[in-house]
Amino acid sequence: MPQTTTQTSLVAHFSEAEGLSLDNGGVLAPFDIAYQTYGRLNADRSNAVLVCHALTGDQYVASRHPVTGKPGWWETMIGPGKPVDISRYFVICSNVIGGCMGSTGPASINPRTGRAYGLEFPVITIRDVVRAQARLIERLGIPDLFCVIGGSMGGAQTLEWAASYKEKVFSAVPIATASRHSPQNIAFNEVGRQAVMADPDWRGGRYVEEGVAPRKGLAVARMSAHITYLSSKALHEKFGRKLQDREAFTFGFDADFQVESYLRYQGSTFVDRFDANSYLYITRAMDYFDLAADHGGVLAGAFRGTKTRFCVVSFTSDWLYPTRESREIVRALNAVAANVSFVEIESDKGHDAFLLHEPELFGAVSGFLSAAAARRGLPATCDLAESA
Amino acid sequence: MDHLLIAEMVKPSVRVLDVGCGDGELLSLLEAERDVDGRGIELSQSNVNLCVAKGLSVIQGDADRDLTNFPDASFDYAILSQTLQATRRPRHVLEQLLRIGRHAVVSFPNFGHWRIRLHLLTEGRMPVTPNMPESWYETQNIHYCTIKDFLALCATVEAKVERSVALNAYGQRIGLGLPFSWQNLIGEQAVFLLTK
Repeated sequence: MPQTTTQTSLVAHFSEAEGLSLDNGGVLAPFDIAYQTYGRLNADRSNAVLVCHALTGDQYVASRHPVTGKPGWWETMIGPGKPVDISRYFVICSNVIGGCMGSTGPASINPRTGRAYGLEFPVITIRDVVRAQARLIERLGIPDLFCVIGGSMGGAQTLEWAASYKEKVFSAVPIATASRHSPQNIAFNEVGRQAVMADPDWRGGRYVEEGVAPRKGLAVARMSAHITYLSSKALHEKFGRKLQDREAFTFGFDADFQVESYLRYQGSTFVDRFDANSYLYITRAMDYFDLAADHGGVLAGAFRGTKTRFCVVSFTSDWLYPTRESREIVRALNAVAANVSFVEIESDKGHDAFLLHEPELFGAVSGFLSAAAARRGLPATCDLAESA
Repeated sequence: MDHLLIAEMVKPSVRVLDVGCGDGELLSLLEAERDVDGRGIELSQSNVNLCVAKGLSVIQGDADRDLTNFPDASFDYAILSQTLQATRRPRHVLEQLLRIGRHAVVSFPNFGHWRIRLHLLTEGRMPVTPNMPESWYETQNIHYCTIKDFLALCATVEAKVERSVALNAYGQRIGLGLPFSWQNLIGEQAVFLLTK
């Protein structure tokens, strides 16, 4: 199971006495947060950047994934000389609670029963996820963050950070995200959850101790979600109606089309690295996210009094988190006279664009961070050389 | 250009909103020379991306539509440089500038300049000059006005003129101390510092 990979990560352990208060009224205790760090914290502790991962991401943002062996999921953005330059900033990325890469989640052992939580795990929210991250940051002795950055669900966490911990966030970069999950997003998530729960091997969430896993259901969930990450044009260009390793239709239900074969592959590799119950819990947390609702129905209320510098980014072909939802965030920030930049990037690649090679994205993030670093008095380059 | 003059009108270390900030030239100048806390709003997305990559705080937006989002008096100066004549609703935009900024700085090409008057008189056609290089059917500038027209609009929206300067095509001050009717004749551009 994915839980066995924790040894490759740092883990912050919070004891029974250090429980995490949750939005559902409960307390999660004890709990672990698995995380990775890159670069070096400066003497002032003023150069820390928290990277928040998306639904199926994890803490391996800029290092090889222990299960798949693939490079970090955001190495285009994070690394030496990259927009989030680890020779300058100290980068932290933690696995969300409810996740399955070492942070406490539904596949972890419930100390009260001695078996995996399964559906006994409390339903968590984005705010709970952020509250746990804040505990980690505190544990690391970092008084405030130079930047919080993330795309998609990572962007939701970024916004939650900016709203809940105004004094602790010097700058924020929410990318390809929204201040609340749209009904369309909730609908797609529900399809995914139903696919998992319809798999007979889900066993009411008790598959771990029964030695099975709802691989088919989770794969279908991933396949349907994956379509929402791509644009129609990207599918056209990448696959068209091309056939997979064959000259003609088979008049059967094999993966005749390349696009079918691609989705099946995406589904089958996903189940090797992701826990099905985690998928249920994290998609639920996304669905519940509504920053305005938490502030009297007015989004601007979430940001009142903020001194954080914001850089909001969207992509033209992202139909999962369309530009108009980023504009709502910008409008709310303007309403409180916040310091905000907003770029919409021309891209055919759909929602996934934030993870791909998009030079304009890199230009915007790099320029924004450099200006913010100058305002914060961070030196242009860090003294990493002497630690090397 | 009028940028140096605008920079001179803006006090140091204040909050500035540059409406129609283009590629951020004026904002960069204001940050470098005046240490302002600057924001920009710009219609062209490619210009916005350019500005943000330079480290400027700029959002994509439309002066005609998006200024209403900003709260009252949220900036010390709201600047509209060479953009008024390209807006659909100049009066609305001017009112918004005066609401958002404690001061408004507005610069525009002066359609009352003698060469334009002469061109219209002798040729009978819309003037094309080095300052206004595009034909009437191609130009973004859909609401040209003269210095006198602008003064009348200021009166209509009850804006007080704190300072006004007429410039020639090279951005040099001319007609200092002359009455507005003369400035309107010899100024190719004008810069106004206004307050409500």
